[in-house]
Formats: sequence, C-alpha cells, structure tokens
Amino acid sequence: MNKRFLTHKQKEGLAGYIFVMPFIVGFIALTGGPLVFSFIASFTNYNVASDMEFIGIENYAQLFTADQIFMTALWNTVYFVLFSVPLTTLGALFLAALLNQDVPGMRVFRTIYYLPAVLSGVGVYLLWMQLLDPTTGLINIALGWFGIDGPNWLFDPDWTKPSLILMKMWSVGGSMLLYLASMQGISKSLYEAAEIDGASGWKKFIFITVPMVTPIIFFDLVTSTIGAFQIFQEAYVMTSNGEGGPANSLLFYNLYLWNKAFEAFDMGYAMAMSWVLFVIVFVITIFNLKLAPRWVHYEGGDDK
Amino acid sequence: MIDQRVAAKERTRERYMDNVNNRKQLLRWFNFILLAAGSLLFLSPLWWMISTSLKSMVEIMTPPTTVFPQDWLWSNYARTLEAAPFARYAANTIVITIIVVAGNVLANSFIAYGFAKIRFKGKGFLFAVVLSTMMIPGFVTLVPQYILYAKLGWLNSYYPLIIPAFFGSAFFIFLLRQFYMTIPNELIEAAKMEGASHFYIWRKIGIPLTKPALATVAIFSFNGAWNDFLGPLLYLNDSDLYTLQIGLQVFKGQVSTQWNYLMAGSLLVLLPVIVLFFVFQKYFIQGMNLQSGSKE
Repeated sequence: MNKRFLTHKQKEGLAGYIFVMPFIVGFIALTGGPLVFSFIASFTNYNVASDMEFIGIENYAQLFTADQIFMTALWNTVYFVLFSVPLTTLGALFLAALLNQDVPGMRVFRTIYYLPAVLSGVGVYLLWMQLLDPTTGLINIALGWFGIDGPNWLFDPDWTKPSLILMKMWSVGGSMLLYLASMQGISKSLYEAAEIDGASGWKKFIFITVPMVTPIIFFDLVTSTIGAFQIFQEAYVMTSNGEGGPANSLLFYNLYLWNKAFEAFDMGYAMAMSWVLFVIVFVITIFNLKLAPRWVHYEGGDDK
Repeated sequence: MIDQRVAAKERTRERYMDNVNNRKQLLRWFNFILLAAGSLLFLSPLWWMISTSLKSMVEIMTPPTTVFPQDWLWSNYARTLEAAPFARYAANTIVITIIVVAGNVLANSFIAYGFAKIRFKGKGFLFAVVLSTMMIPGFVTLVPQYILYAKLGWLNSYYPLIIPAFFGSAFFIFLLRQFYMTIPNELIEAAKMEGASHFYIWRKIGIPLTKPALATVAIFSFNGAWNDFLGPLLYLNDSDLYTLQIGLQVFKGQVSTQWNYLMAGSLLVLLPVIVLFFVFQKYFIQGMNLQSGSKE
C-alpha cells in the first residue's frame, strides 16, 4: 500500500473540487434548486399562504387564452426588444468606428461617451423623467429651439416606449468600448491594402471593420437581447410604483410578473410566466447560436 | 528614357498620395467635429441635472429656460438632506456594498483559480454550467428564491442581498479565469514542487498577480451593489433598513415634481459612482476589454 492516503492525481482533483465548491453550492441552492422548484410550482396555485395544489396546465392555459394583460405585457416587451437592441447595437458600432479613426482627443471622447454607461439606478431614471418632462424637461425645450413641438413622452402611450429607448441610447458607451477594443486589434495592413485598391472610408468600414468585429456584434446581440427582455426597473420607477404607465404601455413582461408574484401573491401563476419567458429567451439564444456561423467571422485558429 | 518614365510614375503616385492624405485630413476633422457635437449631446443631461438642482422651482417653471441657474441655490442640497434620512440610507448602502464587494472578490478569485489552474474531472462540464447561468433570466429564479428566503426567515434583513455574493457569479468567474490563464503554468508547477498547496499558491501567487483584474471585479460589484434596486425593493420593508436607491424612490413620492430637490438627491446618489469612474477609469475599461477577449 502507498504510504500516502491519496495519490497525487486524487489530491489534485480534490483540491479542484474544493476550489469550485462555492459555485456548486451556490448553483444548487440559488439557481438549480429554485429552477426545479419553480417548474413544479408553475403547475400549482401556490400563493405563500395556501398549500400547493396541483392544477395541471391551468396557469399556462390561462396565460395564452384568457389573460389579455399578459398579451399586452408580452407585446410591450417584444416592441422594446425589437427597437432597442438594433438601435443600441448600431449606435455603439457607429460611435466606435468614429473613435477608431485617429482623431485628436480620442481618450477624452472615449471617457465622455463611456461615462453615462456606468451610471444606473433610480438616480438616472429620475434624471430622465426630468429630461422627458413635457414642459420643463430639457428635450422638449431643446426641440423648441428648432421650432419643434415635442411629444408628451412618458404621458403619451405612443411615446412611452420610445422614451425608454432614448434613455438606453444614452448608455451605448459600454458596448461601444467592446467594439473599440476589437477594432483596435484589426491589423493596419488590411486597411492599407484596401486603400491601394482605392476603397473609400465607407467601403473599408463595411468590408473590413464590420466583418472583423462580427464576434463582438454577436456577443452584444445575444447579451443585449437577454437583457432587454428583462427590462423592469426603468418601468417600475418611471411609472408610479409599477402600475404600468398610461394605457399599460410600460407594463413589461417582468413588471407584470412582479405584480402577480408580489402584489397579488399569485406565485404559481408568476412562476408559470417566468418559465414562458425562460423558454422564449432560450429559443432566441439557440436561434442566435445556430445562425452565428453564417455571418460571424472568426479568424482561423484563434480560439476565443 | 526608362528613368524618366519611372520619375513620372513616381510623381503621379506622389500626387495621388497627397490627394489621399488631404482627404484623410479632411475626414479626420469631420470626425472630430461630429464627435465633439456628440459629446455635448452626451454630457448635456449631466449638466442639466446639476443646473436644475441649483435652481428655484419658479425659475424651472417659467420660460425662457436658463442654461445656467440665476442664483446658485446651494441650499437646495441642505433642504434635500433634511427632507429624507439620506445619511441613514447612505450608511446602510455602504455596509451592504462593502460586504458584497469583499464576498465577490474573495469567492470569485477562489473559484476562478480552480477553473484556471487545477485539473479535475468534470471541469469542462462545470464551466459550461457557469457560462450557461448567464443565459438564465433573473426573474426565473427570483420568485423561488424569495420563497426560500422567506422560509429561512431572512425577509426584511440584509442576508438575501449579501449572502449570494459569497457563492460566485458567472460573469466574474469568467473574467478572472481569462486573467488567470495568462499566468504561466510553470510558475504554479514550480511552487508545487516546493511543496506548496493550491490554497497557498492562490494566496501568495494567484491573488497578487491578478490584482488588476480583482480591481475590476471590485469596481463592477461596487457599482452593482450601490445601484441595486430590485433586491432592496423586494426584501426590505423596514424603512430603517432602506438603501439609497429605495430611499430615492421614496423621496420621489414625497416631493413629486419638485425637480430641483429630485435632481439634488439623484446627483448625491450618483456622485460616488462618478468619482469612482474618474479615479479608476483604467479598471473599468480593462474589464470591458477582458470581456471582449482582447488584452490591452
């Protein structure tokens, strides 16, 4: 018998499990366990006080056949995702391309554009409530300088979602930095070769810059889509205590879920809603992953 | 004859390059002007917040609009601080933030070391689990977590806000693992030859060498904890326990549309983050670069 209790390899393996143990425990207690529980509970009428009674697929059936407000919330969220994701992606890409030219003061500009992206929370929402205020807000005042009569923004059901998208545009600086870092890694020789062939700046952007940063565009699209589906805080703070704004136009998926779970305490129903959201996000993510090889350009041999 | 032709060709090339360079120069200035105009646009909300916070409500309400306050009413800040227990909220927020930052730095550094520098069975699978947790919408686990914390008797306490920080989070594990990968394995092997345990190596080599990345984790998790709204909103009922974010939301209900006070309160809450940004900008940018897989 070996004098030592464990072989070297076993010891190494044990050390590995000890190091990742916090993650495993956390995953089971705070993610995996809750996921299983909520899946089971989504087929019950659980509401903290009562016992759990199995009611089959009733929650799901009600969501898709009877709950008109659920459909509104789903539509609001899809609208927000469809507009905010492409707009912020394009905005960040465009801004990064401008900064990537060797302009004087690039570092200062980079700081200025990034600053709003690190600010978040209630302070930012209150700031935008003021900026968007129809009479005293900066936006309508500035539009007035050009003779434009600005809309009622957060008070007009047609303009509430564009209001939030505008606010999101202010913080494109985060993904802009991702694009910029990637653009700065593109070899200069590619651009020089294109210049000799007489390519214009626009052509260089479309045929060199964009293909080279497609891995980042992909990453940005996937994460910002997942993020946009989960919009909650903005709508909660910017409408009075989460009631959903004028004509329920800011009642997003998670806001409705929140109200069901923690105002009405209809938790079984809320958990069914959360699983529907999970499936939607999952399907879109898989779709994105499958589609990626068609347009995402990975440099050969470079394993990122 | 041939020399002449070569010289002529050279001249046309030079002229062509001059042309290209002139166009490039023009484009550079065009870009500069565009970026400068954009900067003004991006900074204007912040200026507007400062300016509004120093005006009187009369000045805010009556046109024509002023870009600079007529009288700089610093007293607005004193009135704001009197109107709500912001000092209390700030103290609560600081306590939570410090614990969360410490938890995140320690736990994620520890876990990431395991994923980066130790060989063990099932590591690839476990790391895939880590990454996949980034794809799960937070609200899917929110309700069952709430029920769990309720059963543990943790409602109306800071436990639900701080305990999860000690179990690692996917984004930070990923970030730190990227950074650990740049430490040569020979260094770890050499230390092991000397009889050092992994725990010792993590403390004496891992932590010191990953300090810049740990700074990034600290800053990002500071930002996360400071700005956390959802957690405190759900778990804290007692107003003595409120954080700044919840305090600000309550304050909004109190003063309604008195924009000067609202902007003063918002600015005070945002100020620490703004200061942190200017002091540690390097680490903010580094974190973003690590995320995109490039190193600067």
